[in-house]
Amino acid sequence: MLEIKNLHVDLEEEDKTILKGVNLTVEAGKVHAIMGPNGSGKSTLSYVLSGKDGYEVTGGQATLNGDDLLDMEPEERAAAGLFLAFQYPVEIPGVGNMTFLRTAMNAQRKARGEDELSAAEFLKLVREKAKTLKIDAEMLKRPVNVGFSGGEKKRNEVLQMAMLEPKMCILDETDSGLDVDAMKLVAEGVNALRDAGRGFLVITHYQRLLDHIKPDVVHIMANGRIIKSGGPELAVEVENNGYADILAEVA
Amino acid sequence: MALPQTKQDVTEARLSTLDMPQGASWANALRENALSRLRAAGLPDRRDEYWKYTRPETLVQAQGPEAALFEVDEEAELFGDVERLQIVFVDGVFDAEASDDLIGENVKIERLAEVSQTDIHWAKDLYGVLETRGQTPVARPLATLNTAMATDGVMIHATGKVSKAIHLVYHHKSTSSDAILHHLVKLEDGADLTIFESGPAAARFNKVMEVDIADTARFNHVRKQGRDHERVAVTHIFARLGRESAFKSFTLTANGVMTRNECVIELTGDDSVAHVAGAAVGDGDFHHDDTVFITHDAERCESRQVFKKVLRNGATGVFQGKILVKAGAQKTDGYQISQSLLLDGDSQFLAKPELEIYADDVICSHGSTSGAIDEEGLFYMRARGIPESTATDLLTLAFLAEAVQEVEDEGLREDINSRLSGWLERRRG
Repeated sequence: MLEIKNLHVDLEEEDKTILKGVNLTVEAGKVHAIMGPNGSGKSTLSYVLSGKDGYEVTGGQATLNGDDLLDMEPEERAAAGLFLAFQYPVEIPGVGNMTFLRTAMNAQRKARGEDELSAAEFLKLVREKAKTLKIDAEMLKRPVNVGFSGGEKKRNEVLQMAMLEPKMCILDETDSGLDVDAMKLVAEGVNALRDAGRGFLVITHYQRLLDHIKPDVVHIMANGRIIKSGGPELAVEVENNGYADILAEVA
Repeated sequence: MALPQTKQDVTEARLSTLDMPQGASWANALRENALSRLRAAGLPDRRDEYWKYTRPETLVQAQGPEAALFEVDEEAELFGDVERLQIVFVDGVFDAEASDDLIGENVKIERLAEVSQTDIHWAKDLYGVLETRGQTPVARPLATLNTAMATDGVMIHATGKVSKAIHLVYHHKSTSSDAILHHLVKLEDGADLTIFESGPAAARFNKVMEVDIADTARFNHVRKQGRDHERVAVTHIFARLGRESAFKSFTLTANGVMTRNECVIELTGDDSVAHVAGAAVGDGDFHHDDTVFITHDAERCESRQVFKKVLRNGATGVFQGKILVKAGAQKTDGYQISQSLLLDGDSQFLAKPELEIYADDVICSHGSTSGAIDEEGLFYMRARGIPESTATDLLTLAFLAEAVQEVEDEGLREDINSRLSGWLERRRG
């Protein structure tokens, strides 16, 4: 599904290298988690994959089902099936949540040569999906993320994911700013989307989220590289002992 | 104080191209009065503080610049879905054939050209009155010129709820037309009237509308200035509001090499409300100036000024807005916002927001900003699959939304938004 080979990335503004050769393959149907200390490059990886400005790829490649991601505009990556759940979902005053979502869905469908959804079809779908995420009609009407609580913003991200049905989902610290109940709700939303055709990459600081979204593979990232990979037990080890042991072990 | 010679020369040169219309003695007297006021004030020039950001040359020079006619596309009439009575002017000349009969319920509609020939008419107590009041503290000589020289206009007297909107349609069919129209609108107690205006009107257009709103009356105004690129226009609205009355005005401007829209409002009755708003989009050789002066002279009145401009390719936007709260105008609620979205580095926005307050128990706020498209928002939308151009348009419409929101009718708001998105789409890539 997602294949990253020897990816090197610099920050454009400052002369600084963030990713120093990342190798990672996420298979369809699998959930991979990336953990790592602050500044290890986890969020940069998610931004580079989704096409944010400000990063320069100096080497390596990233493909989604064989297509070169790094060569595409952000909207093309989305239409190809990539989805980034933002750590900090952006507020867009003046653009209604429904308008936003419908425009996005139909733009993606159009880009893939599929028929656009009618207003009625869209409405039916969004109501159904919103209900399971406890998103009420009032929240759907409001401008995108404006005045939303931290939990509401993350639920809104999951709603977008559920509507857009991407092939590859990257969750960037989706647990940040959430209380336990909100995290459960978000995790349930994500788990409902797990299926054989879809890959997940879950970026987090804490093992807590992984209690709810159970990963198949856990990677530890430090200093711009993946330094260790293993099963779910690796996340437990981090939770118990911190990163120091692992860092020392590979050094 | 004697007028500088250059000002005298410019004023006389302009006057030399005009013939004062002749009519009944009251009309002649009011025009003569305006003429002497104009000669005392002189037409504006670049040294006038009030014209610091807008060069008045094309508006004051003896002959206006020529303006090519705009090829009208299939665009439907903006007010097409609203029941309305149309009054058509072609290059400032009334077109009886194209106009509806000037008959409506609770309203009397006449023309200045006819009214000014009759000996007795309510217009004699209003014509030029609000314009004259609007000359202090800041002179507006182009409005005075209009009072002296206007060839026609509509005199609307509303005595109750007027069911149909009155739509003033201004066609532009001559490349060298120079039109001066003066409208009077008088709303009696409890009257309710909507006026639409649309079209470029002429190569050069000078228009005044005086609106006298009695107690508890409501005046609603929506205007769309035509898309002709080369036309120049100066317009003034002078409004006076009585107790518990309401004034609402919204203007949509797309294109136009020079536009100066002045709006002068006096809240003279307690608990009255005045909202004036505008959305302007300009590309290239475009200069748009909104100059607003709102005077609070009664208690518990509310005023709102909401002006948004989208500028690209070196277009210029100007906002001069003032809220004056007189002593005794307690519990005033005044709000003013002027913002521009600069779609590139070549465009500019010049703003002069002013508050002058002599009462001690008021709420007044104002803000003025100038900025580019929000990059974070743009990336967020693109990351969801929305192409960059569509995302930019959505963010631009969102920026304009606060001004468009001032239009009460929802269907009309949607039409305005589709006009704006059409304008944006035509300028893509």
